Amino acid sequence: MDINWFTVVAQLINFLILVWLLKRFLYKPILDAVNKREKKIMDQLKDAADKKTIAEQEKEEFKKKNEEFDQQKKGLMDTVVAEAATEKNQLIETAKAEAKGLIFKMEEAAKAAQANENKELAQNTQKQVFEITRKALSAIASLSLEEQSADTFIKHLKASKEEEKQQFIDAFKSHPDSILVKSAFELPTKQQDEITEAVNALLHTETKLQFKTAPGIISGIELSTNGYKVAWSFSEYLSALEENISGETREKAKPNVKEDSDVSN
Amino acid sequence: MDLSPDQTIFWEYGFITINLTLVTTWGVMLVLIVSSWLVTRKLRTDIQISRWQCFLEMIVTGINTQIEEVGLSKPERYIGFIGTLFLFIFVSNIGIILPGYSPPTGSLSTTAALALSVFLAVPFFGISESGFGGYLKSYLQPTWIMLPFNIIGEVSRTLALAVRLFGNIMSGGMIVAILLSISPFIFPIIMNMLGLLTGTVQAYIFSILATVYIAAAVRNSKEKTKSKVITT
Repeated sequence: MDINWFTVVAQLINFLILVWLLKRFLYKPILDAVNKREKKIMDQLKDAADKKTIAEQEKEEFKKKNEEFDQQKKGLMDTVVAEAATEKNQLIETAKAEAKGLIFKMEEAAKAAQANENKELAQNTQKQVFEITRKALSAIASLSLEEQSADTFIKHLKASKEEEKQQFIDAFKSHPDSILVKSAFELPTKQQDEITEAVNALLHTETKLQFKTAPGIISGIELSTNGYKVAWSFSEYLSALEENISGETREKAKPNVKEDSDVSN
Repeated sequence: MDLSPDQTIFWEYGFITINLTLVTTWGVMLVLIVSSWLVTRKLRTDIQISRWQCFLEMIVTGINTQIEEVGLSKPERYIGFIGTLFLFIFVSNIGIILPGYSPPTGSLSTTAALALSVFLAVPFFGISESGFGGYLKSYLQPTWIMLPFNIIGEVSRTLALAVRLFGNIMSGGMIVAILLSISPFIFPIIMNMLGLLTGTVQAYIFSILATVYIAAAVRNSKEKTKSKVITT
């Protein structure tokens, strides 16, 4: 139980040395490491907190932008819808106007086509009628009828007005040898002589006429020279009738079209 | 039977004696320093660390926390002294599981040296905290009449520290030695286990009492300084 004072002093020194060595090799390195780690963790936490704050801010910003974008989108959509509605109405109006115009044009074209058709039909009918008439007259034409025609021609020649007679004389006097007489059938000599006599009487000359047959005349006599012609024939009558009817049809068709266009407007 | 390892002398020259206490102390010191060096030479500061580093960090931060809980606000200043006290006594005491080992804390010379170091450390930290005058005035608290009692208290608690540790460790070793002669099989093992517990508790008690004494000295000095500042 005695205290060895040398041992006490030695242990005291040992203890102080141990304190220094452990400070050097244990406490300081360990505490430094712990502090460094804590600092690192704190830095990481701070960094994470900063990033979180930034992320929150960005989130808020993004949210705000998103809301603004939504509002803009809605506004644009409303504008576009309104514009589309206006455009649609305009297009419908334009289409209606165009359709109306087209309908009017088509109606006009249809009416014109109808008028043309009617005109064509009338012309064809006329042609047919005159053809039938011409055929019928050709069928009943005969020599006796030709004789009657020659008589009628002679009477007609004699009964012509003074002005006409003078025109006839002027035309036939210049070329007395080239007077041509056309008939549907060959005229008998008697008839030829009577015609020659009547012409000579009218012209006060002795002229010899040339006689020719022309079936297109149907029935009648045609006398021509130097561009001047005197005729009495069914063909002439029919041509005059055809001319008159065609002129009348044209006159009738014109006011009708005018009336139609007035109605459509 | 030797009551103290001081009595086992290996070499002697005049008053210089190399006894078992010193040799064992050096051994304990070597174990502590080498193991610390081995672990701390490859310290890592990232999240993943080695098991030994984790173990040492637990010990060091545990001691740090204990010092702080007792009342010392800057534990880094005191861990060198208090931590070494605890580790030295703890490692010396748990060494009894080794056959033929005689703990240096079973020597009154060692415990006296440790108590003496505490006796010296208390004024050292007190003075370093608030100056020589401030520390000495703490002996006149609450009145100057208390000066002799404060001095007696200072000496007696140092004596108590030394004797408490010595008595506990020496008695533990003696009981084991006595029991070995009576019933050599089971009881010594149980007593050795009890000795481990006692040794750990004694290490804790010694170091925590040292902390309390230092904390009291530092706090007294601080309070004195604070009151002085307020009055002026």
